[in-house]
Amino acid sequence: MKRQGIAEALRDGIAEEMTRDERVFCIGEDIGVPGGWGGAFTVTLGLSERFPGRIIDTPIAELGLTGIAVGAAMMGMRPIADVQYGDFLFLASDQLINNAAKMRYMSGGTVKVPMVMRAPIGATGRGSQHAQSMERYFTGVPGLKVVAVSTAYDAKGILKAAVRDDNPVMIFEHKLLYGSKGARAEPGAVDATSEIPEDDYVVPLDRAAVRREGRHITILGWLLMAHFAAAAAEILAGEGIEAEVIDVRSLSPIDYETIGASIRKTGRVVIVEEGPKTGGVSAEIAAGIMEHCGDSLMAPVVRVASADVPVPFSPVLENAYRPDVPRIVEAARRLAQT
Amino acid sequence: MNTTPTTTPPASTYDRQFLLGLYERIVLIREFEERVKFLFLEGTMPGTIHQCQGQEATAVGVCAALRADDWITSTFRGHGHALAKGLSVQELMDELFGATTGCCKGKGGSMHMGNMARGMVPGIAIVAGGIPLAAGMALAFKLRRQPQVVACFFGDGAVAEGAFHEGVNMAAIWNLPVVFVCENNLYGASTHIEKVMKNSRISDRAAAYGFRGETVDGNDVLAVHAAAQRAVAESRAGQGPVLLELLTYRRTGHSRRDACHYQPKDEREAWFARDPITRFAEQLLARGDISQTDLDAIKARLEQRIQAAVVQAQQAPQPTLTDLTEDVFA
Ligand SMILES: Cc1ncc(C[n+]2csc(CCOP(=O)(O)OP(=O)(O)O)c2C)c(N)n1
Ligand SMILES: [Mg+2]
Repeated sequence: MKRQGIAEALRDGIAEEMTRDERVFCIGEDIGVPGGWGGAFTVTLGLSERFPGRIIDTPIAELGLTGIAVGAAMMGMRPIADVQYGDFLFLASDQLINNAAKMRYMSGGTVKVPMVMRAPIGATGRGSQHAQSMERYFTGVPGLKVVAVSTAYDAKGILKAAVRDDNPVMIFEHKLLYGSKGARAEPGAVDATSEIPEDDYVVPLDRAAVRREGRHITILGWLLMAHFAAAAAEILAGEGIEAEVIDVRSLSPIDYETIGASIRKTGRVVIVEEGPKTGGVSAEIAAGIMEHCGDSLMAPVVRVASADVPVPFSPVLENAYRPDVPRIVEAARRLAQT
Repeated sequence: MNTTPTTTPPASTYDRQFLLGLYERIVLIREFEERVKFLFLEGTMPGTIHQCQGQEATAVGVCAALRADDWITSTFRGHGHALAKGLSVQELMDELFGATTGCCKGKGGSMHMGNMARGMVPGIAIVAGGIPLAAGMALAFKLRRQPQVVACFFGDGAVAEGAFHEGVNMAAIWNLPVVFVCENNLYGASTHIEKVMKNSRISDRAAAYGFRGETVDGNDVLAVHAAAQRAVAESRAGQGPVLLELLTYRRTGHSRRDACHYQPKDEREAWFARDPITRFAEQLLARGDISQTDLDAIKARLEQRIQAAVVQAQQAPQPTLTDLTEDVFA
């Protein structure tokens, strides 16, 4: 066992998969430059020396590098592509959505696209174009699996499962959770380190994780919000409210078995999402809850999400934009009392 | 340095006041950036920063060739463009501190500096995202038969994006009044241009689209100014776009606390020896009617102005909760 942050755990996961399978390679911007940073958040730091020729630095060309990953995957390679900030997925999305996600179906089940796309999201003092929560745009794309990692243990296990999966998999990561060090450290970072086993393991791509058990109320979140939900549950416990915290983790498909089991027990649910409320993943989850276990609800679903505005720069406004622990506590407390 | 052969008049032929004005702008940008870097590193300034120390002559030379009602588009590295286009030190400093008195009310931040009243749209932080946008602005001018020109700033890295090809091609086929200004500082983030371009002479690309391209010493403000004047005049006259490749170098990190370990020492030293401020100062002093005392006085005055702006920005009003949901729609 060793204690690692998400960036380190992903790095080890990538290295182990590259060692295990020669078809695996990485492609992205500034990921292997000598004297550089190992990608925007240090995930691939040092890998270009260990795997010469298999950490491919591209020009600044998200559409192109994504299309290249799709094409290579179709020919039997297993690319791990990344964008420096999730916001740039808008440029890559034609290749991801029109090609990668549909290729299997359009070909009548004859093509495989075993590729991974990694993307950091989250509001972190960078303004409107380096901050968006992008998962809303990719959940519900048929043919694309979408996961979001909030602990180092999950990050490594999910990365490995994604590399081994025969389908395109989007992995969302959060800038405040990487645990990047040195010059790439993030102000306001949250501890997402885990004990990482020495042995190989995978984490399934379609399962939510119960982070804390409780019987009064269920709180759902992912990425940074899974951590804030856990912190809120701690405070609520002091008031006698036992919250069950679930890290949704798998955003497409959504694990209604785990979520439903919790809601059948508590009858009350708060969904927390970083990102504008309208059109968010929480809307999809709320609708899914109604279909799967709506008859167990004792009160309407509550959502805590960002305002329907672009991510503002000023720290005052950014803090108001991003759901925080007090707002989650407040919403949960009110719901518990209904 | 392999620049396109051109004719830049010697400094002795320019008006003294004009030259001192250029010098002041260049030094203003350097002093502003150094102060911002200090504030950021000491932790009092929020956010992230992309700075332009070493590249000041590109912004100043180009903007000096524009009229006040001409426009520019910029990038995540926009502080210098903003100061060169006439935005005030105060509105930029306030923006960097997230204050409501900033040029974008604290909503944009370092990467989105702009002021519509000064002819600068907010910086576009998506690499190459400003290129089709600039062509669209120029299309508006053309359709309305307005005489304005757009100078579109972007880096060498932007040339690899699809948006470059699409925007530049449409500007070409419709003869739009836009000057594409590529600040080639040899690196896109940590990646050297030789790794990502087989033909790294960026101005050559213009010919593929059927218009004129030129490679200029971007650390020589007078050369930049002369080239920009020619380009602006041509595109204002309806001859279509021009691509200016301005060779320059970033003396500071790509962003935040980047230590530039990917820049080889000899390369850094060679470019530091070609610093745009030192070189311009030498040209000015050679004239005989500008003294070191004149130059020192300019710098001292600017330092004071910047210091006053910092003090004011640190006390400037911060947004309140009601500001969060304002300005989403017109
Ligand atoms: C579409 C897109 N991809 C990647 C980035 C991340 N990024 C920000 S600046 C930069 C390098 C840009 O290089 P260049 O265009 O040469 O401008 P310079 O930084 O040298 O001024 C990169 C990769 C981005 N902002 N937008
Ligand atoms: Mg560059």
